Amino acid sequence: MKTKQRPAPLGGFNFDYIMWLFTRLSALAMYLIVIVALTGALLMSARQNMSIADLMRWAFMPNPNHVASTNIPDIEVWKTIFWQVMAILMLFFAGAHGLHGLLNVVEDYISSRRIRMSLRALVLVIWVAISLIGITVIVTS
Amino acid sequence: MGLKRNVGLMEALRYQGKGPMLTYILHRIGGLSIVIFVGLHILAGYLANHAWGANLGIFINSIYENWLFQVFIFFFALFHAINGLRIVILDLWPKLIEYQREAIWLEWFVFLPIYGIALFVIVRSGLGG
Repeated sequence: MKTKQRPAPLGGFNFDYIMWLFTRLSALAMYLIVIVALTGALLMSARQNMSIADLMRWAFMPNPNHVASTNIPDIEVWKTIFWQVMAILMLFFAGAHGLHGLLNVVEDYISSRRIRMSLRALVLVIWVAISLIGITVIVTS
Repeated sequence: MGLKRNVGLMEALRYQGKGPMLTYILHRIGGLSIVIFVGLHILAGYLANHAWGANLGIFINSIYENWLFQVFIFFFALFHAINGLRIVILDLWPKLIEYQREAIWLEWFVFLPIYGIALFVIVRSGLGG
């Protein structure tokens, strides 16, 4: 397998460095959101009414759809603006982190400049589309 | 200066990177799995709310409710989260990189019991117990 040579990335405060830092900080932010969602669920009577699997599903994405199939009697407190903001933050951090990861894979394995540029654009389009679809799901559920 | 990356597949497979290389590969496979899973799941959540796409949305979600899929995705999601935390800690406090191998052992000690319990619960409920 023969691949073309490419210039090494530049050092300093540039897009790649910012995204490198963002990947790490967004990971911490996602841990924080999971802890907030977990604590919130336990305060909202998850202990008596939810299985561990449902609790984890809520912790990963605090969306009321994830509580619909449990024994929670009053779902209204799970649908507040606070949880919608948390869900949108999770969507933003997870989406940007994940699709930037996808971009890293593209940069590593695609040596053709033209295909790499098209895939970069495709990743950006997927990110914008999935964020808009996700926000629609969050605000309508 | 050019970045040379002309390593063939067989040569790459012979590379004995051991522990750190294994976490790197699992992290990458896991990341891709999560991107595909979460992306399709968001799409399915959207489709399930609309009459024209409800069947497709429910079909995609039924894959995720299958216990075999859960055994697979939970392995990678949990590994990606724990390994990611190790990477964050070692990258933000670079002095700790000296203890990378110990950190990887610690990571497996955290991962295995959590995954073991989850595996037990998933398989037991998957087999109808």
